[in-house]
Amino acid sequence: MREVLEGSQAVARTVARCRPGVVCAYPISPQTHIVEALSVMARTGELADCEYVNVESEFSAMSVSIGASAGGSRAYTATASQGLLYMAEAVYNAAGMGLPIVMTVANRAVGAPINIWNDHSDAMAMRDSGWLQLFAADNQEAADLHVIAFAVAEELGIPAMVCMDGFVLTHASDVVELPTAAQVDAFLPPYRPTQVLDIRHPTTIGTMAGPESFTETKYLQHLRFLDATGVIESWSERFREAFGREAGGLVARYDPDTLDRDRLAPPASSDDLVVVAMGSVIGTLQAALAPMRAAGIPVRLVGVSSFRPFPGDALREAVGASRHVMVIDRALELGSGGVLTGCVGRALAGTRSRLHSVVAGLGGRPILEASLQEAVRMALDGELGRLEFLDLREGGVPTPTAGATEVAR
Amino acid sequence: MTTVHIPFLQTGTLAVGGRLLDDAERSVQSHADRPSSLTKGHRACQGCAEALAARWVMDTAVEASDGKLVVANATGCLEVFSTLYPESAWKPPWIHSLFANAAAVATGIAASLHAQGRDDVRVLAQGGDGGTVDIGLAAVSGMFERNDDVLYVCYDNQGYMNTGVQRSSATPAAARTATTPAVGRSPGQAFGQGKSMVKIAMAHEIPYVASATPADLRDLEHKVRTAMSIRGARYLHVLVPCPVGWGSASSQSIALARAAVQSGIFPVVEARAGELTDVQRIRERADVEEYLRPQARFAHLFKPGGEDALARWRALADANIRRYDLLGERS
Repeated sequence: MREVLEGSQAVARTVARCRPGVVCAYPISPQTHIVEALSVMARTGELADCEYVNVESEFSAMSVSIGASAGGSRAYTATASQGLLYMAEAVYNAAGMGLPIVMTVANRAVGAPINIWNDHSDAMAMRDSGWLQLFAADNQEAADLHVIAFAVAEELGIPAMVCMDGFVLTHASDVVELPTAAQVDAFLPPYRPTQVLDIRHPTTIGTMAGPESFTETKYLQHLRFLDATGVIESWSERFREAFGREAGGLVARYDPDTLDRDRLAPPASSDDLVVVAMGSVIGTLQAALAPMRAAGIPVRLVGVSSFRPFPGDALREAVGASRHVMVIDRALELGSGGVLTGCVGRALAGTRSRLHSVVAGLGGRPILEASLQEAVRMALDGELGRLEFLDLREGGVPTPTAGATEVAR
Repeated sequence: MTTVHIPFLQTGTLAVGGRLLDDAERSVQSHADRPSSLTKGHRACQGCAEALAARWVMDTAVEASDGKLVVANATGCLEVFSTLYPESAWKPPWIHSLFANAAAVATGIAASLHAQGRDDVRVLAQGGDGGTVDIGLAAVSGMFERNDDVLYVCYDNQGYMNTGVQRSSATPAAARTATTPAVGRSPGQAFGQGKSMVKIAMAHEIPYVASATPADLRDLEHKVRTAMSIRGARYLHVLVPCPVGWGSASSQSIALARAAVQSGIFPVVEARAGELTDVQRIRERADVEEYLRPQARFAHLFKPGGEDALARWRALADANIRRYDLLGERS
């Protein structure tokens, strides 16, 4: 059934249909609507056989999720920004212990200065935490990704973040078709933990590993992460077969002309400028690039769906013969450039691609179609630098005008 | 060869195990088939009262839960000396996650078991004073406030012993640690600092709060059994002398725990729903010197200039004796 839903509602209902055993909540904007909706469902019984736990911090939210997962339950929580960083120690811990928790990250800037609006700096700060990081381009994909995330995380024993842009997606109403409970039941296997605190088979979880075994432990974690690309592809494929629409995967390809998502779209050609992006800015790019294509401008769009593991091979295939790539970056590696650009650059190392990092939409700055189009034109004309800040105001941070200061006095 | 005379006490609370009692009345530890939940081969220091108390607490909890016990452990000595991969000294299912989150992990396990309809399986969380009173306090308080079905046990050795004996907010006044050195005009930990975790726990009005020491096995076991007979959040605070951190002989751990109680320095109490319900009276009053002198961390109290600090220690003991009526003068 197609319906108009707020992104957070769509995610909350889908999570409920995944039948989590424990949901843990601590409020932080812009994630709050998700856990609010789940609290209602826990009370009404729509979320059955589930313990809903209100905790005193994000650190405890992740810690309760760790206990719940080790106790044998499918565990879910949601957070953003400062909350994700406040739980950082437990985020790494969950991954190290191989507990397949699923967490929504409603992407938001990290302070100071404090800022509640959208960019990707929160998720990027956790990029080496050992979690899968799957990015949603729109609300439909945000909902669908949760079903895929539980399946992938539980098969691998790796926790998964579903990243959706704060406000832009979480608070936006859009037409979605939610996976039904019956569909999810048929698709998602029941949770069968690979390690569990079981009185019949007592185990010790979370031992200390010294120099003689730590490297090997990390190496095994690395190998499992390499397996993750195939497992993500496989579950995304199964999702497409079961639900009749595309979601997840490693890299999203787009039709050269319609700019619609199309896994069969051909790789870019040597004349093309390839724009690589992640998250909801893909929607803005679809709208911005379609008229440029219609005008014969050689530009292509590639989306990164899985940021962790980073799909280097799939990205190289999609970029094809093109040697000119522009990355729209929603997070900044200070003194260097965009975080995503760094990963794209490593994936394309040896191909001698010209790479532009366009840092855009930090702390909720709107990313305008016209600005994206201008950046594409400049890149094709050879006028775009290696690192650019989209719509950067001349003269730095705006200050109150003399008149405004007078009024304030 | 030096010999030490050990008095053999056959009955009463001072006799470990009370071997002359009826079988049903004997302590868990007196039985040959005790669970030994923390089993041999771990790396605790000689004379570690934490290792001893942890085994006694857990054995009692295992027995009280009919073997259905799951344990969450904070980072600290207890975790480090018991679980260096690939070895583990724990018999029950046991998890260590982080320093500050044992209470929250335990909440998660309890929530998971409840969701699975396994309320017969009980959850115990444990940590040292650092993991409980300092860095883990928010998670402990959250678990208390929600009245989650967890027994939390704090083994209080009064400092960060695992990292080399630094000061915690459970370090007593005047004690020398690596970060409160015994130098200057007011050597050691400052007077007037620190917090009482027992009082903090009581302020949450949780169903059960108690303190105990390994100097009184039967009392300790009684408190664990009582705690295990109750649902909801429960807290047990156990004073555990640490030969390394306290600078005491490894043979003196039990004697020091007893002196702490008998001098009035460590009140052994029970509280329900925030109300004090029982206080263990001082049996044979000891002077605070009996507790302080064998500990090198207080050596400066017995040098010229230490008189003032020693007097303040006596005042602390007197204040406890008055507050908790430890000599039974009011009743």
